[in-house]
Amino acid sequence: MLRYVLRRLLTAIPTLFVIVTISFFLIRVAPGGPFNQEKGLNPVIKANLERQFGLDLPLWKQYLNYLGNLLHGDFGPSYNLPDFTVGELFRTGLPVSIQLGASALVLALAFGTILGIIAALNQNRGGDYAVVATATAGSTIPTFVIAPLFQLFFALTLKWVPVGGWGDGAWVNKIGPVITLMLPQLAIVARLMRGSMIEALRAHHIRTARAMGLSDYSVVVRHAMRGALLPIVSYAGPAAASLLTGSLIVEYIFAIPGVGRYFVDAALNRDYTLVMGTVVVIAIFTLVFNLIVDLLYAVVDPRVRYD
Amino acid sequence: MTEAVATVPVAGRSLWADAKARLLRNKAAMVSLVYIMVMAVTCIFGPMVAPNDFTTIHADYTRVPPSLSAYPKADAIEAALKDALRRARLDVVTWQQDGGAVSVTIRSGKPIDPRTTRYLDRSDAFENAAITATSADGLEATMTASVKQTYFLFGTDSNGRDLLQRTLVAGRVSLSIGLLAGIVAVVIGVLYGATAGLVGGKTDEIMMRIVDILYSLPFIFFVIMLVVFFGRNFVLMFLAVGAVLWLDMARIVRGQALSLKRQEYVQAAEALGVGKWGILMRHVVPNLLGPVVIYMTLLVPQVIILESFLSYLGLGVQEPLSSWGVLISQGSKSIPGAQWLLIFPSLFLTTTLFALNFIGDGLRDALDPKDR
Repeated sequence: MLRYVLRRLLTAIPTLFVIVTISFFLIRVAPGGPFNQEKGLNPVIKANLERQFGLDLPLWKQYLNYLGNLLHGDFGPSYNLPDFTVGELFRTGLPVSIQLGASALVLALAFGTILGIIAALNQNRGGDYAVVATATAGSTIPTFVIAPLFQLFFALTLKWVPVGGWGDGAWVNKIGPVITLMLPQLAIVARLMRGSMIEALRAHHIRTARAMGLSDYSVVVRHAMRGALLPIVSYAGPAAASLLTGSLIVEYIFAIPGVGRYFVDAALNRDYTLVMGTVVVIAIFTLVFNLIVDLLYAVVDPRVRYD
Repeated sequence: MTEAVATVPVAGRSLWADAKARLLRNKAAMVSLVYIMVMAVTCIFGPMVAPNDFTTIHADYTRVPPSLSAYPKADAIEAALKDALRRARLDVVTWQQDGGAVSVTIRSGKPIDPRTTRYLDRSDAFENAAITATSADGLEATMTASVKQTYFLFGTDSNGRDLLQRTLVAGRVSLSIGLLAGIVAVVIGVLYGATAGLVGGKTDEIMMRIVDILYSLPFIFFVIMLVVFFGRNFVLMFLAVGAVLWLDMARIVRGQALSLKRQEYVQAAEALGVGKWGILMRHVVPNLLGPVVIYMTLLVPQVIILESFLSYLGLGVQEPLSSWGVLISQGSKSIPGAQWLLIFPSLFLTTTLFALNFIGDGLRDALDPKDR
């Protein structure tokens, strides 16, 4: 087990390296630079700025510098938010995004699984149709439609929650963002769980369990659910990685100071270091959660072993 | 099994006839299909039929709520009239309305210039203004004008543009982007996947490794880089969006091609001496068609969402053209006072997405019955 984890972590390094390399050169090939402004900066000032940040060096040298700094855990300074290093931006923003993302993920997994099981147990009856309809709605309506509609009804009309803002982490401020983050995930989890649960309930060992006179609860929860959880586990990995690294739309609309907002702004402003930092953070989250998922497989499904 | 073989051979139904019958039985899919057709026809021809033009700015009607009756409302005529004449620096003595026309008696300190009728024509509420009578000293005159009836079924936006027109034109953009980018993604994906699957070996390995690497890059980063490269060009945007979404298609097609290659009937055809081209056209392409069609119908809503998302960020379609994403983005910024600006485009977008998803699910059920 430990050896497997170590081996996976070692193979993650070249993957990370490839991702860093590709995105480094991709963003550099894009026309423009961090100090190209519409009004045109004084060329002398621009040259000075570029020298200060080492942007005047040949590209391969900049690349090696960046890799070297990265190995020391230094993401470099942000070009467009000049008072901050990329590391500082992540230290303040990431906890916010993680809090919202983790709450949304836990809620989506819990409710999605329950709804999926309810639907599977009532297949082709009222309860099933209700769950399927909700799931279709949740996965079809885009976040940028749900979020403003949520604001319109719950914040502006009913005045139950504030329209936006972080409010130093007050829980009322989190309701909107968490719900909008959760709904699409909940929908997908419910759908997956419904499908795999229907299949699991048809399995031979379930028939045996029923024949042995086990209670419904025991059959469903102890025998059917365990096998049916596999697709949920494999879905939860990538979902966790994307939820915890912040959602651009949700953070924009609810004015949340997370890290999701940085990515697009940074890419558009050619804030090279911030773009690269975001890519690295997302890649690390993805790799780590994929590893966790694979380890969880062994817990859920005893047929899977890593030796 | 043996009994079935022993009976007289029944005229077989082809896979496609079977699928068609199953699709026709699927109510949700058929309703959705009709809905999408109606939506497409409405978006294509609606702007020609519906009142107003999508670029016209009605300065007097900014953010007016949706209404089935015409603007100006009866109680707003007086204000509009006085407002227009105040700009002309004329005093209103009396005014009356009969039917669709108003007549107004005006007075001024200076002789009245006949060209002042323009002030009424320029207002969005009146047209055909004319001076019918002038007093002897020229300081007083009677002016008539007909009330210009303008319909805003969906209301107007903050610039006074008709939201119905804007929504329909946006629908053209969103739907055509969905279709075009969907086709681009399918073409790239099918060619790439089929090549990898059919050639196999080292080529396959390298090609799929490239797909894996592209997969691991954050998706939105990739899209933004493409938009940055191609600029804000409408057609290139299609291509960029399509060029990002081909990865899944390539994987699906490769998997299919790999498994097809090992089917007995393909090996039999090979043994019978059928050429590579013949096998491709007779066996591989028809078998690929099912998953490709299914994936494409599910891809179109994805593209529409992606385009809306990019437009939402301001990277997509540029004014005066609009897409549903642009309208939703503008609507969500003006919700405190003008909900209709958010609700109508959202309604169009989500119902279209629903319908496309139902069609995709229906096609999947029809073409791939074991998945039911």
